[in-house]
Amino acid sequence: MYRYILRRLLIMIPVIIGVSAVVFFLIRSIPGDPALILLGEHSSEEAVAKIREQLGLDKPKIVQFFYFLLNVAKGDFGRSFTTNEFVVIEIAKHFPATIELTVCSMIFGSIVGLVLGVTAATYRNSIIDYLTTVISVTGISMPVFWLGLMAIILFSIKLPIFPISGRLDPTITFSGRTGLIILDSLLQGNFAVFKDAIHHIFLPALCLGTIPLASIARMTRSSMLEVLNQDFIRTAKAKGLPSRKVIYTHALRNALIPVVTVMGLQFGSLLGGAVLTETIFAWPGIGRLSVEAIDARNYPVIQGCIIFFAFIFVIINLLVDILYAFIDPRIRYE
Amino acid sequence: MKRFLLSLLVVFLLLSSVAFGAETPKYGGTLIFGRGGDSVALDPANVTDGESTRVTEMIFEGLVGFKGETTDVIPVLATSWTVSKDGKVWTFKLRKGVKFHDGTPFNAEAVKFSFDRQFDKNHPYYKYGRWEYAEFALEPLQKVEIVDDYTVRFTLKYPFSPFLANLAMFCCAIVSPTAVKKYEADFFKNPVGTGPFKFVEWTQKDKIVLEANSDYWGGRPYLDKLIFRVIPDNSVRWLELQRGSIDAMDGINPDDIPAIKNDPNVVFYQVPALNICYLSMNTEKKPFDNVLVRRAINYAINKKAIVDAFYGGIGIVAKNPIPPNMMGYNDKVKDYEYNPEKAKELLAKAGYPNGFETTLWTPSIPRVYVPQPTKVAEAIQADLAKVGIRAKIVTYDWGTYLQKTREGEHDMAVFGWGSDNGDPDNTIYVLLDKDNAKKGVASNISFYKNDRLHDILIKAQQATSVSARKRLYEAAQEIIKSDAPWVTLAHTSAVAATRKYVKNFTVPAIGAIKFTKVWLDK
Repeated sequence: MYRYILRRLLIMIPVIIGVSAVVFFLIRSIPGDPALILLGEHSSEEAVAKIREQLGLDKPKIVQFFYFLLNVAKGDFGRSFTTNEFVVIEIAKHFPATIELTVCSMIFGSIVGLVLGVTAATYRNSIIDYLTTVISVTGISMPVFWLGLMAIILFSIKLPIFPISGRLDPTITFSGRTGLIILDSLLQGNFAVFKDAIHHIFLPALCLGTIPLASIARMTRSSMLEVLNQDFIRTAKAKGLPSRKVIYTHALRNALIPVVTVMGLQFGSLLGGAVLTETIFAWPGIGRLSVEAIDARNYPVIQGCIIFFAFIFVIINLLVDILYAFIDPRIRYE
Repeated sequence: MKRFLLSLLVVFLLLSSVAFGAETPKYGGTLIFGRGGDSVALDPANVTDGESTRVTEMIFEGLVGFKGETTDVIPVLATSWTVSKDGKVWTFKLRKGVKFHDGTPFNAEAVKFSFDRQFDKNHPYYKYGRWEYAEFALEPLQKVEIVDDYTVRFTLKYPFSPFLANLAMFCCAIVSPTAVKKYEADFFKNPVGTGPFKFVEWTQKDKIVLEANSDYWGGRPYLDKLIFRVIPDNSVRWLELQRGSIDAMDGINPDDIPAIKNDPNVVFYQVPALNICYLSMNTEKKPFDNVLVRRAINYAINKKAIVDAFYGGIGIVAKNPIPPNMMGYNDKVKDYEYNPEKAKELLAKAGYPNGFETTLWTPSIPRVYVPQPTKVAEAIQADLAKVGIRAKIVTYDWGTYLQKTREGEHDMAVFGWGSDNGDPDNTIYVLLDKDNAKKGVASNISFYKNDRLHDILIKAQQATSVSARKRLYEAAQEIIKSDAPWVTLAHTSAVAATRKYVKNFTVPAIGAIKFTKVWLDK
């Protein structure tokens, strides 16, 4: 097992280098000069030339790539073209907001999705089953920005229960070690901030959670249906086990493998930032960071973000694979 | 006696009501301002975007500034100045007793430091910035010298009248040399100036918090705290203002303006801004090299209909490249009226009786001067079709658009400009002079070249008397209208909205909203 993990981690190195190379040359092949975008309508010839030189864009691309790899090997992803901040710091500043939102939406989406999926499969062709199908189709097809606006109008304006946007009341000054406000405030025993943070994250997590919810519910349902028709389930029922135990212990555990795969994929893609949700709810996450970087042709930040996303995806895939072995002890990694 | 007492009481009541009616400003409170984007950096000389400068202008000040809603230059950290006869030496007397937020005294040395770090390549702190605007604002500057502690002398390479207006721009703000030396490359997130507000904290993409500078030389601001909050979506920001969870905002959807004007708890502000939206015709490409064709297009487009339909009441039809509230505006210029028949006539005369095929470029994202670029382009397309010109709409993402128009790949392009310093030179010379029509780096994307206009514009740069400059720019506008390298489309207003209790709020035509005198009546 450990050997397997080690091997998987080693494979990561060529993957990351490959991703770096693709990203590096791909973003430089999109038209749009970062120096020009920086200066907008107002750029003069001298200013553009000077900035290109300062950003190192006047050198041949292959030389730029060589320097880039050399620096990345030292853990230096460079400084942002726009803010001049270190890319690593930019990512570290934006990522906690994204983790917090992703974890909350995944918790919501997974619990509700699993329950809906299991219920739908158990009561196949019942009202609940149809309802689940409707919910998951709506969840997949409904644009998040629309859902977000509707949620705000309903729960923040008509019934002013939740704040409209942001992570925390702007008049609160709070800083913690991890940048995860919910965790930091708990650690510091600051319950006022904790409450405010939960209050703020509720609507965005709910809206974003509909995306994993829909796929998890669908996957759980179909996987459960397959398992429920198998012989061992009939045996379990025949020997008189209560149906709750049959469903949740025997069937669900066996149906879980594809569901966990979906969860892993969803978790990975949400960690890449949910740009629309972040925009609607003014959530200062990594999705907005990366999209704004693309608009500004902020090469170092784009590179940093993409490599970071690739890294997260690989790690999550590995974790999912390890999780398989726990769910199904028959799976062995050599 | 009774009557006397009664009249006394009436007089007293009247007087007191007058006093209360004048609304004595109250100190205290926090104002939360909602905006669409975050600041990029907070070093005034190292930024180019409005979201950064609106914050730096609260923390920093220049030697001079713009007065209220006008482009008049007024003293700020300088108290007075003189210009030598040849227009090349500018001497400024500095305000005494001013301190930076970190306690460093403001003096001639700080002024020299703030300029030298931007344009002297051998300055030890030159390497910490990109100084994007120095190329423009300090281009004529040769050297800065300290005469005594409170006198500074600027020497220019050539006489350049708009230099004073350049000094009022955000990039010429004076920074604390102590702080720059201390933070080096990180000064952009630890800004220290002399302004009415001090920097407290910055949570990226979320908020920037400033607090009142109680030692401010112009008197402490009324607000205790000023928070700039980033709320990217225009509709959500408006919902926040409706609910009262923010106190003021800008970046308003044109569609939301009627609702904002009708909300009894909200005040809507609108001030003509110093910008221009135009349709550029590439005069180096056929058939736009023919002035008759360019005039025909001017006659073919119904500008009023476009402004009425797509500017949400914040735009006016443009006649000249510069807006009416800018110095030198020539109101006598006669615009081409909407007249498709005349357009067809001119096209026939030019040898295109059946029109022609061409491309019409438009930005993919809204700009201040064109809130709905695609719709504007579609309207122009429809107008052109009526006179037989078949234009295909072309659009690219913003970065590509800037690059390709600069290289002159377009036939016609919707474009615009916001004035940097309120001086007509910064619009007319930059966008229409032959000096700026070089492929790949052009700001004159019509590649329009007229030697007579060039002479006038250079003379206007060097003339020192305002009346002489006015006459020159008036003449320039006549030439431009006649040569018709553009269809001047619209000027827009700067708009903002606040809750009703926000008092003394004004939107300037140029530069950032000033919060020094703003107070909260709640």
